[in-house]
Amino acid sequence: MFERSWTDGLPVVPPTTERVRKMLAGTSRSADEIVVSVPPNLIECSVEKIAINAVMAGCKPEFLPVVISALETICTEEFNMHGVLATTMSVGPIFVVNGPIARDIGMNSGINVLGHGNRANSTIGRAVQLVINNVGGGGPGGVDRSTLGHMGKQGFCFSENELSSPWSSLAENRGYNSSQNVITAFTGEGPRLVMDQKSRTPESLIRTLAEHLISTVSSRIVVGMDAMLVLSPEHSARFHEAGWSKERFLEEIAAIMMIDTDNIIAGSGGIEEGLPAEMKGMSLPKFRPDGLLLVQAGGPAGLFSAIIGGWLNGPPGSEPTSKEILL
Amino acid sequence: MTNEKVLLDPTSETAPSERSLSERPENMDGLTVGLLDISKGRGDIFLNRLEEKLSDTGIKVLRFKKPTFTKPAPVDLRHEIATKCDAVIEALAD
Repeated sequence: MFERSWTDGLPVVPPTTERVRKMLAGTSRSADEIVVSVPPNLIECSVEKIAINAVMAGCKPEFLPVVISALETICTEEFNMHGVLATTMSVGPIFVVNGPIARDIGMNSGINVLGHGNRANSTIGRAVQLVINNVGGGGPGGVDRSTLGHMGKQGFCFSENELSSPWSSLAENRGYNSSQNVITAFTGEGPRLVMDQKSRTPESLIRTLAEHLISTVSSRIVVGMDAMLVLSPEHSARFHEAGWSKERFLEEIAAIMMIDTDNIIAGSGGIEEGLPAEMKGMSLPKFRPDGLLLVQAGGPAGLFSAIIGGWLNGPPGSEPTSKEILL
Repeated sequence: MTNEKVLLDPTSETAPSERSLSERPENMDGLTVGLLDISKGRGDIFLNRLEEKLSDTGIKVLRFKKPTFTKPAPVDLRHEIATKCDAVIEALAD
């Protein structure tokens, strides 16, 4: 199967008729239903084709609805998976699952949440990437032109720890309620650690987080690219215990991340990269409104969070996209 | 069980059609050349210079622009280029 370019370089589970039949039992949809048109070749893709690739990725049948909905988020004009594949930037689709299904299928939102070791987290994103490769025809070196790539392109999917936080979840912020099963796709880089072990006040910690978020993709890029912040339980507690709401957090961090353009004009600081000279004298936000996606997850101990830089946002690029998961 | 040896095909089961390159013109006399800007930074600088050079030799030049470099060119734009031009030069990257 590797020699046929059907894999991502790791061994896959052989998709026998019996295994695919069992996989299809995980969804109420019929095997021949066409659910998406997969880029880059815009191939109409049936539930059965997704099930075959889900078997290969190592999914359990109960993961299949999440895999299907993940594909429904990225195979859209607004998410623009074709562009995400073709770009030379090191980005890929990152999926966050909210709602009861995340717990029902055993997804990890705790220790090592952005890493390995959980079957659902490890195989759902992988199945999606196999569909893009095998059905859509979008593999590395072909339409995928990423200069560097990142390990998350093997498949990057995790769930939010929404039960132990007083704050609303990512899905609730995007218009869903907590009883709905929702998947959100975001185009992003690999995660980067932010360490702050000394801040005891929200006013101090939020400045650390802002300082690092400003550097995502490039400290000289403003407004045009989004980011995801994965706030760990111990960092989250700094804000919860001080009575901050999520809305206040997002307002205050946006206020800190106003950038004086004089410092990022091309040539400033001896750096040729930067904004054109006519943009001097302005104060611009690092992120557009709603351009910072906040997710709460991670192990119970550790004063660390993670930031994930994005890609071009808005109609010319890729919009974060959410869908309710159809079981 | 022989069934265990039968694997289902994970691909689209479609073979990409082989497309040969269009025949290259022997010379540019009387041709219309399209210059396609994909909206990448400074692509216009490159294409402006090409337009100057081509126009100086009497070649008719038409300019086209994709709305964004991150998405495939719209079908209408591709059709327009194909019907109006004999050759096209695309400024692919910055």
